[in-house]
Order: sequence, then C-alpha cells, then structure tokens
Amino acid sequence: MIGLWARYYRAQIKLSLAVQFQYRVAMAIWMLDIVLSPMIYLVVWTTVAQSSGGTVNGFTPSDFAAYYTVLMIVQHITQIWHMWEYEYLIREGGMAQRLLRPLHPINEDISQNISYKILMLMVLIPAVLLFVLLFRPAFHTPLWSALAFIPAVLMGAALAFVIGWTLAMAAFWTTRIVAINSLYFTAMLFFAGYLAPLDLLPRFMQMIAGVLPFRWMMSFPVELALGRVAPEAVLGGFAAQALWIVFGVLVLRRVWKAAVRRFSSVGG
Amino acid sequence: MRYFKLIRLYFRIGVLNELEYRANFFVQIFQTVLGLLTALGGLAVIFEHTGDLGGWRSDELLALVGVYFLVGGLIGFVIQPSMQRLMMDVRTGTLDFMLTKPEDAQFIASIRQVEMWKLVDIALGVGLLVVALARLGRVMDVAQVLGFGVALLAGAAIVYSFWLMLATLVFWFVRVDNILVIFQTMYEAGRWPVTIYPGWMQVMLTFLVPVAFAVTVPSQAVVGRLTLQILMGALGVAALMLFVSRRFWRIGIRHYSGASA
Repeated sequence: MIGLWARYYRAQIKLSLAVQFQYRVAMAIWMLDIVLSPMIYLVVWTTVAQSSGGTVNGFTPSDFAAYYTVLMIVQHITQIWHMWEYEYLIREGGMAQRLLRPLHPINEDISQNISYKILMLMVLIPAVLLFVLLFRPAFHTPLWSALAFIPAVLMGAALAFVIGWTLAMAAFWTTRIVAINSLYFTAMLFFAGYLAPLDLLPRFMQMIAGVLPFRWMMSFPVELALGRVAPEAVLGGFAAQALWIVFGVLVLRRVWKAAVRRFSSVGG
Repeated sequence: MRYFKLIRLYFRIGVLNELEYRANFFVQIFQTVLGLLTALGGLAVIFEHTGDLGGWRSDELLALVGVYFLVGGLIGFVIQPSMQRLMMDVRTGTLDFMLTKPEDAQFIASIRQVEMWKLVDIALGVGLLVVALARLGRVMDVAQVLGFGVALLAGAAIVYSFWLMLATLVFWFVRVDNILVIFQTMYEAGRWPVTIYPGWMQVMLTFLVPVAFAVTVPSQAVVGRLTLQILMGALGVAALMLFVSRRFWRIGIRHYSGASA
C-alpha cells in the first residue's frame, strides 16, 4: 500500500515538474512577485530605523534584512494558489475529470505544490543571494533555534496548504471567489508578519494575531530562524501549529464532503 | 470634438454592459475597502514607530496614498482593460474588425473597454486627497493646483504610453500577459515615495516602470515639494513617451497580418 502511494507521488511529481518546466518565463516573472513585496517592506522599515536613530524596538537595518530574507524563503515554502485554480477548474469543467480518478484530488494538488516549490528553488536561491548582497542581513541565531526552523516551516507549509485548500472549496458555492481571496491575503499581510515583524504591531493586533492561524504559518518559523523565540515558548508554538493543522484537516474533510455532494458539472 | 463623442459612446457601452452585473459593484467596494484598510493600517503601524518616512509625514503620505488610488483607478478603469482586450483580439484575430473602422486605430484601441466599477477607486483617491489636505491644513493656490493637474496628466500619459508599448509587443510575441504582471507588481512599490528606495531601484521605478512619474511626482505637487525642474522633466518624458509609443504602435500594426478569423 505504501509502495503504491510512493509510486503515485513519484510519478505525479515527475509529471508536474515536466509540465511546469514549460513555463520558464512565467516562473521568472512570478519570482519578481515573490521578491518585490518583501523588498518594499524591508526598504520601508530600514528607512524607519535610520530616521529613528538606527533601531526600531531593537531591530537594526541588518535585522530587518535578515527578517525579510527569511520571510521571503518561508513565503515561498508556504505558498498556495489553489483558491484561484478551483474557480477555474469548476468553471471550465475540469473538475468532473478529476473527480472520476480513483484517488482524492488533493493528492494531485499536493504533488503539484511540492514540484512547483522544488522547481522554483532555481529562482529562489539567486533571489536570496541578491538579498544577502544588497542588504547584508545579520543573524544571531543559536543552533537549536535554526534547527527548530526546519520542522516549523514544514508544519507552516502544511497548515497553509490545508487552510488554503479548504478555502478553495468555496468555489463550489460561489463565483465571487475574488472577494474571499482578497480578505484572506489582507489578513495574511497583517497577521503573518508581512507588513512588519509581529513584535512591532500594536498590542491589540498582536493579540488578534495570536488567535488566528497566520502567525503559525509564516511568522513563527521566521522568528525561529532569527532566534527571537524564547526556548520555553518553542514547544507551545509547535503545539499551536499542530492543533491548527488537526483542526484544519477536520474542517477540510467536512467541507470537501459537502462540496462534492453539491457539485454539478458545467462545460467540458 | 469627434473624439469626445467616441469616448462618450464607448463609455456608455461599457456602462450598459456592466450594469448587467450589478453584484460586481459590491465586490469592487469590498476590494477597495480592503485596499484602503491595507494602506491605512500600514501607515498606522509604521507611524507608531517614527515621525516621518524619508522626510514625509503621515498626512503627506496619506495624500500619496490618495494619488496611488486615483492613478491606479484610472489605469484599471480604461487603460488596462483596453490593452488587455487588444492583446486578446490580436491572439484571436478579431482585431481585424477594429482596424476596418474609419477612425484612428490607436485611439479606438485605447478607449474601447472600460471597467466602470473602478470609478470607486478614483472616487476614493480623490476623497483621500481632500482629507489629507484638510489634515495638513494646506490650501493650494491656483498655480499649485495647476501644477498638480499637469503632473497628474503627464503621469497618466507616461503610464498609458508604457502600457501601449507593452501591449504592442503582442504583434510579435502573441503571448505577453505575463509582462503585464510585472507592471502590476511594480506598481505596488508606488505606495511609498520612490525616494526611499536605493538608487538602482529608483532608476528602475522611474524609467523601467514609470511608477515615480505616475504616483510620486503628482504627490509631490500636492504636498508642495514639486520643483519646476521635476515638473518640466515629467512633461518632457511624457511627450517623448507618447511620441515613441505611437511610432512603435505604427510599426507593430504594420507587422500585423491577422491571426485567424
């Protein structure tokens, strides 16, 4: 049984790698998207630091550089786009075909997600080098914290995938998916640590960030990579990630069941 | 005069078309409110920690956000939809119908498609500008208003020429949608005054993607930082870009041979 899954995933990942490799120009352009917004916020915060005497709440310009370099990497690893794809799949009728296959369609999405992220490393690595050369990030990370980053970012990716995929199911009910996506990404901007490291947000926003899942997708791994999580808070962070993933999977299963029952094909 | 009539006609068609989809209005309002929230929230968080950003105070940046929405709304209202339609028409071969019309093809291609709900963004931009001026306690005299108007027009002309040149590439490459993504992404950078960016980025945001002329220069006019040299420079670039883009369009259209029918 496990052999069968492994074979499926190997074949599926190989297939999507080959397909996605066709879109080389598009890849380079999407990369611009990934690089540019962290760069903008990095520049803004560096300017703020410089005009207030070199630091903002203990963040120096090179701390900000480190923060946004890691954020860019984490953003890439946790990226998800199925909320746009499903609207298209349902509208154009591709969904019916997918439902006929003997495996849950989520498997295809997972392998596409993994292969895209592998392929995009070709562009991500130069982007990271560019950041390092241009903005000179400084890390003061203890080894344990850097090691904890790895499981944290993988769990963050799993969490982002589960939530994003559940959200994509909204396409079974409405065609106004754009509005939902915008809401999601706006919340992400504020509460995942995008606009600013969460430490710099006003108190009440930090509290909101604590009860939402976004912090556990992106900010927590970034904080670990920078060595900004106290040792006693690490286990709690992992627990929060795990809880959100379990909760997300439960919701996902219910929503998927309801979605399939509702589905009626169009197009062809 | 005839051109005004044509503009009116195409806008009317656009409005009538769009009135079929009234729910889109609420989607647009929702999107605009989120955009506003993002902009204001960002400013609020940043100005918790500092009194000015690269020499701009928070109310001055509010004016800049106003210009950002205003120009972004203008692009989304007519420039982007028309250019996207042009690219689609070249791909599917339906451009032939447009070329047979007895009017200037570039003109028709540039006003053909409007997305009227983007007017919400334009209105919001104007509103933000008014609020920002009131908070700054700033009264603009005639010369300053004129300067702002000219800067805005020059910015719009530059952005338009830029889009036209990108869209004209379609005559050779057929698929250029991706290039347009570049513009949308780079426009985000205009949310902040380009003067805060490192030198090489400023050059890119001025000459590669003209965000500086589109947003920063008109905003400088609003807050009274615009020098005559910059304004003249913007006008010069606008004239040059309009000229070059028209020449480029002419070459492109001569290259066009109809895709299918």
